Amino acid sequence: MTEKPIQGERKMFLTGNEVVAWAALAAKVDIMYGYPITPQNEIMHYWTRMAPKYGKKFLQTEDELSAGFTTIGGVLAGKKAFTATAGPGNTLMQEPISMAEMMRIPTVVVIQQRGGPSTATVIYSQQEVTMTTYGGNGEGFRVVYSTATHQELFDYTIKAFNTAWKYRFPTFVLGDGYQAKMRESLHIYDPEEKGIKLVEPTPTLSRPGQIGVNREPNHIRNTYNTEEELYQIVMGYAKEYAEISPEIIEFQEQDVDDAEIVIVSHGVVSRAALAATQELRKAGYKVGYFRPITLRPFPTERMRAVAANTKKLLVVESALGQLNKLVLNEIYGLTTPIETLLKPGVGVTSEEIVTRIKSLL
Amino acid sequence: MTLNPQMPKCWRVESKPHKFCPGCGHGLVLKALGEAIDELGIQDRVVFGCDIGCSLLTWDFFDVDTVQTHHGRTTPVITGLKRANPDAIGIAYMGDGGGYAIGSQHLVNAAARNEKITVILANNTNYGMTGGQMAPTTLPGQKTETSPYGRDAEDIGYPTQGPEMVAAIGQKGAYVARGTMANIRQLKGYFKKALQNQMDGTGFSFVEALASCPTNWRTNAKDTWNFVENEMSKYFAVGELKVPDQLKEV
Ligand SMILES: Cc1ncc(C[n+]2csc(CCOP(=O)(O)OP(=O)(O)O)c2C)c(N)n1
Ligand code: SF4
Repeated sequence: MTEKPIQGERKMFLTGNEVVAWAALAAKVDIMYGYPITPQNEIMHYWTRMAPKYGKKFLQTEDELSAGFTTIGGVLAGKKAFTATAGPGNTLMQEPISMAEMMRIPTVVVIQQRGGPSTATVIYSQQEVTMTTYGGNGEGFRVVYSTATHQELFDYTIKAFNTAWKYRFPTFVLGDGYQAKMRESLHIYDPEEKGIKLVEPTPTLSRPGQIGVNREPNHIRNTYNTEEELYQIVMGYAKEYAEISPEIIEFQEQDVDDAEIVIVSHGVVSRAALAATQELRKAGYKVGYFRPITLRPFPTERMRAVAANTKKLLVVESALGQLNKLVLNEIYGLTTPIETLLKPGVGVTSEEIVTRIKSLL
Repeated sequence: MTLNPQMPKCWRVESKPHKFCPGCGHGLVLKALGEAIDELGIQDRVVFGCDIGCSLLTWDFFDVDTVQTHHGRTTPVITGLKRANPDAIGIAYMGDGGGYAIGSQHLVNAAARNEKITVILANNTNYGMTGGQMAPTTLPGQKTETSPYGRDAEDIGYPTQGPEMVAAIGQKGAYVARGTMANIRQLKGYFKKALQNQMDGTGFSFVEALASCPTNWRTNAKDTWNFVENEMSKYFAVGELKVPDQLKEV
C-alpha cells in the first residue's frame, strides 16, 4: 500500500496535469479536494487513479468555495492537502485563501489559467496573475510560483508544499492551459532520494492528548474586535513576509548585463521570450531576458537592478498588462521606458517578440 | 476559580460570562451541546467549527479545539478536517443565514454525501449579528429590518424548513432532528444522538435548534418565550425526522 510512488529518477512524457498529480504524490500529499473545471480536470483524474494505491484520499466537493475550505480543514487536521482550479473557480477560491492568509494555514492551490473575464475560454491565458497574487480582501500574503516547463511544474509543485508548510503562507503554483494539456518530457524523481527534505505537516486541531492533562485546546480565528488588534496582526505578517521573502524569491535571467533592451515575461510566455532572446543575440542584437519565477514575493531588487542597467524593457504576456502592473509597481522611480506586447488570452510566439524587438531597436 | 455548578465541564471558564445578549438562545443551545459533549466524554476528540453570525462569539467558548471560519463555510471546513482525520468528532455550528442561505449548497451536499460530521444550526428567524435582517426562516408576517412591513410569503416564499429538507435528501444512516431551547433535555438528547451517529460512523447528522434573538425581535422575556414556543413551533415542528436503526432504542 505505502510503497513509494516513484523509485529513482524516471524520464517521462506527460501532460502538465499528469505532472502535477505525480508531483503531489512525490511530495507525500495526503489528500486532494477538488471541483471540475477545464483545463485543470486531469489533475483530479490522474490523482484519483493513482492516489488510492498509495493510501491517499480525494473528495469531490460541491464547488470551489468548498474545495478551498475543505482543503483548509485537511490542513488543520495536519495533513498535506491541496486543490486545483482555474478561471471562475480561482475567483471562488479567493475566499478560502483569504482565510488561509489570515490564519496562516499552509494550503497549496494549483491554478491552470484559462481565458477571462468570466467563463471566456477553457484554453489558455495569463489573466489570473492579479487575482492569484493579490486576490481576496487581503494584502497578498501568499507565495506564487509561475512555472514555464513541465520539469518546473514538477519541481515547483513539490517545492510549493515545502514553502507553504515552512512559512505558513498559502502557496500557489500558477500554470496555464497550455502547460496543463501539452505533453512534454521531464524527469520525475523521489525528492528525498535527491536530498530534498520534505517539511513534515503538523496538526493545528485534533492533536493527540487529553485536554487539561497534556494539552490545551487550540482556538483559532480570523475575526478581531478592534482596529488596533487587527493592525498589530497584519503588520506582524507584513514584517514576517518581508523577512522571509529573500529566501523564497526566484527568478531567471540571461544576457542582461550588456542588454539594450530586456524582455520581461513569466510562465509559459517566457519560453518564447527566451527563444527570441537567443535568436536575436545570434543576429547581434543586444537583448536580455528576465523572468520572475515568484510573482509573490516579486524579485524586486533584481528587477530594479536589471531595469536600471538597460535602456528599455519589453513586457510580454498573455494578459492586458497584469504582469506589467507588477513590474511598474516594482520599478517605480526609475525612468527606464516600458514597451509592451500584450495578448490577453492568446499565446505569444518567439517570432512576434523578435519582430517587435527589431522594431524597437 | 470555582466552577459554576450549572456550567458544563467542557465550557471554557475563562471566556465566561459569554458575550451573547441577555436572553439569547445561543447560550441555552450551547449549554445543551456542552452537556452532550460531557456525557459522551468526547471533549478531547471534538473539533468545533463556528460560522460568522452570532455563532462566531463561540470561537473560544468551549475547552475544545475550535476554528472560527467564514459565513456559511463551516460545513466544508469541518468536512475537510473529518475527511483528513476520521478520528476527530467534527461539529459545525451556525445560524440559519449561514446554513440555509449563504452556505446552503454546503449543507445540501454534505448531507447528500453523507459526510460523517454533525451540523448544528440555531434558527432564530433572522440575521442576528448584522442587525436583524430577514432570514430564510423569518416567519410570514414577521417584521425585520429588511421586511419592515412583515414577510410577504406570496412575494418571497415561506420559511425554509431545514431539517425537512435535510431529511429528504439524507442518506441511509443519517440523523436529523429539530429541537428547541424551550426543551433543553430533549435538545441535549438530540445532540447526543447526532454525535453518537458520527462516532458510530453511520452517517451525516443535523440538528436545528429553535433559538431566541430578543435583541432583534425587540421582545421582553415573556414575549420571547411566547414567540419560541407558540409562534415558531407553528412552522417548525419539533421532533426527530430521521433516526438510523442503531439509535432507535437509545
Ligand atoms: C460573505 C459574507 N457575506 C455577508 C457577511 C455578513 N454577515 C455576518 S453575520 C451575517 C448573518 C448572520 O445571521 P445567521 O447566520 O442567521 O446567524 P445569527 O447571527 O442570527 O446567529 C451576515 C450576513 C459575511 N460575514 N460574509
Ligand atoms: S443579536 Fe440575537 S442572536 Fe445575536 S447575541 Fe444578541 S440575541 Fe443572540
